[in-house]
Amino acid sequence: MPIQLNNVSFTYSPGTPFERHALRGINLSIADGEFIGIIGQTGSGKSTLVQLLNGLIKPTQGTVRVGDVTTTDKGVRLRPLRQMVGLVFQFAEHQLFAETVAADIAFGPLNLGLDPSEIAARVDEAMLTVGLPLEMKERSPFELSGGQMRRVAIAGVLAMRPQVLILDEPTAGLDPRGRDEILTRIGALHRERGITVILVSHSMEDIARLVSRIVVIHEGEVLHDGPPREVFCSAESLSGIGLGVPQATEILRRLRLAGWNVPAVALTLAEAHGFIVEAWRERSGEA
Amino acid sequence: MSMLQNVTLGQYFPGTSVVHRLDPRTKLGLALAYIIVLFIARTGLSYSVLALASAGIVLLSEVPIKLVLRGLRPILMILSLTVVLHVFTSREGVELVSFWFIRIYSGGVIQGFMLAFRLVLLVLSTSILTLTTSPIALTDAIELALRPLRRFGVPAHELAMMMTIALRFIPTLLEEAEKIMKAQLARGADFESGGLLKRAKSLLPLLIPLFISAFRRADELAMAMEARCYRGGEGRTKYKVLAYSRLDLYAAMCFTAVGVVALAL
Amino acid sequence: MQCVELNSGTQIKGAAGIIETKGLHHVYRGHEGDTHALGGIDIRIEEGDFVAIIGRNGSGKSTLAKHFNAILLPTEGRVLVLGMDTRDTGLLWSIRQAVGMVFQNPDNQIVATVIDEDVAFGPENLGVPTPEIAERVDAALRQVNMLALRHHAPHLLSGGQKQRVAIAGVLAMHPKLLVLDEATAMLDPVGRAEVIETILALRSIAKMTTVLITHHMDEAVLAHRVIVMDEGRVVASGTPAEVFAQPELLESLGLDVPLAAKLAKELIRSGLSLPEGILTAAQLVDSLCQFN
Repeated sequence: MPIQLNNVSFTYSPGTPFERHALRGINLSIADGEFIGIIGQTGSGKSTLVQLLNGLIKPTQGTVRVGDVTTTDKGVRLRPLRQMVGLVFQFAEHQLFAETVAADIAFGPLNLGLDPSEIAARVDEAMLTVGLPLEMKERSPFELSGGQMRRVAIAGVLAMRPQVLILDEPTAGLDPRGRDEILTRIGALHRERGITVILVSHSMEDIARLVSRIVVIHEGEVLHDGPPREVFCSAESLSGIGLGVPQATEILRRLRLAGWNVPAVALTLAEAHGFIVEAWRERSGEA
Repeated sequence: MSMLQNVTLGQYFPGTSVVHRLDPRTKLGLALAYIIVLFIARTGLSYSVLALASAGIVLLSEVPIKLVLRGLRPILMILSLTVVLHVFTSREGVELVSFWFIRIYSGGVIQGFMLAFRLVLLVLSTSILTLTTSPIALTDAIELALRPLRRFGVPAHELAMMMTIALRFIPTLLEEAEKIMKAQLARGADFESGGLLKRAKSLLPLLIPLFISAFRRADELAMAMEARCYRGGEGRTKYKVLAYSRLDLYAAMCFTAVGVVALAL
Repeated sequence: MQCVELNSGTQIKGAAGIIETKGLHHVYRGHEGDTHALGGIDIRIEEGDFVAIIGRNGSGKSTLAKHFNAILLPTEGRVLVLGMDTRDTGLLWSIRQAVGMVFQNPDNQIVATVIDEDVAFGPENLGVPTPEIAERVDAALRQVNMLALRHHAPHLLSGGQKQRVAIAGVLAMHPKLLVLDEATAMLDPVGRAEVIETILALRSIAKMTTVLITHHMDEAVLAHRVIVMDEGRVVASGTPAEVFAQPELLESLGLDVPLAAKLAKELIRSGLSLPEGILTAAQLVDSLCQFN
């Protein structure tokens, strides 16, 4: 399900005193099976961007094309589009409403008009995918822990079997273990099913760990677009717009400023460890 | 983030005009007095005086006329209904039209338009009040106005606190409603098609999370308020104390004059 | 009844700390059985302390915080706030004035529709005379650097700004202890940085005694003392250097270890001669440069 944004702009309340340009002239193409991280400050336009992708909002200028659907076309059917592009909002547990976990997860498939046996199968599948034990099916979602509720909400979107999965800050407010559980599941989902995943996050650690391409949004425009190693090279430009780099990269950056001969970017602790040991030996040899 | 953040509450139009600077209690009192006079007044001449007074206040308030008239929009239906009902049902005065089963009398026409005019003035006066008084100032005024009734068991402070909290949380809940609606739309929900029953049922995935969230917020807010030593109005002092000025005296005098003239005519 | 202001010191007994818990247990009663949230907590917080409490969600850290100003009362054991027993209902308002709480959700603790009116809410409740409320509101907003936005509506502020207003609302009550109950958990990195900067400024200027409950380890590192909780008990306590020197323990509890600390430890294991107790990127880089 390739996605193509052509010169897309979005303006809130156009023509009123409250007019605000959220996005200006965005060009972006996303191929099948990519794992993309979108980073940007609160208010940069990244939430607006993801809502354009499943037709929740439509561009005030330009076109958004998902597969062979253009969201601004007359008479476009939005429900199939929303099935193809699943969107998990920030603090998604706030959308839970049904009496049981299973009923809540079934809401999406039910709206698609699937038959009961198919829905039941999808509920089970989605629960297993996010790591919820099937015994939880008949429990009330409101009795679960915060991390479990978040996973029920994600399962509710997965049960629609989207080909593109967008997650807006899926780990916000969770403790480290809750965060790791969700990120691991998302990583596995991408590897095993080959669906496109778009992860919006403030955490450079999460992004560095998972994605193969980063899009940096700043004041409604694409500031950087490339693989993590390339984007994190521009630490100064990122910190200039209130964003950071992964800690491992930050340590290397400081060492380079102190005159060490280490690469500019490390995405993981192990990588940074290797670089530093090597540089240390090199320097000791010289001394 | 969202368009709903732009919702202005209680339609307050900030400004520094004479009308804005009046004590909210004065404005509240005068608006009430105006309404009473409006209902006692019987003649067209009285109404004209009152209408002139309203127009004068609107000019003094420096609020754009368009904004003032917008307040009339929601009552247009009621207005036309009032006129139509009177015109077609009254049997007073001279017969003006007689066609098939329709009979229109002069009394009905006059009554209909007088009543509509009275309604317009009523809404205008309250509009001017809310356009020139911030919701908080109005809440304070209501609390003070109700205070003497406390001995009869009217919970003046509690009512005012409820209004304040409602005003504080309406934008937050509107924003949340929009967010939940989008989240359910993303799951293929449909809030628009189908019959009344189906549509009402389709709102449940929006209303249930909204209620749950409202209750959670209420719970957390109550805890935060208690943690900040809130225990009702007893022994509480005020950060901003309302004070009458000379302006309020002049306004009251002017209004008394208008009222006496309107009722005398 | 007027709230007793504690600045006179009449209520403070000689050697009492700001907070002292003795064998504190807390049990939540529910229809599906009881939850033993706290299982015997003995801690002491002295004047001027900066304590971080870390632990997973459900470890009991927020329950503990709610005992500090008598929002919750002990099922068993005692909590003393400046020597006052929280179970003594006559002292309730003095205790709440002495311990200021900032909660997790920035939206659910702002009462008024204008910033300065919200900051005035606490002092109004305490019965502070009107002219003094105005002084307190100004001072508190200045301390959190929000004076310029005093006439704004709260729903138009960012998360970090809302939490700073919440802190100001507490400061205006002149508390002895500031408790931040996961106050940064719902914020973005910019908002978190704003709140942490505000806390550090309060520490350095006003020497404010602070308890910071968090699951962000980079915040806990800033405290003087870290208390680690799990399943309603204190499982470790000490300086950040002491606590984060046990990465295996923390990871088994589902907590993070600051990356710089973990990296330092592995570098030492690989034979680099670095000192113990490295916690931040700056410390690691300094040590690497110094020892090579």
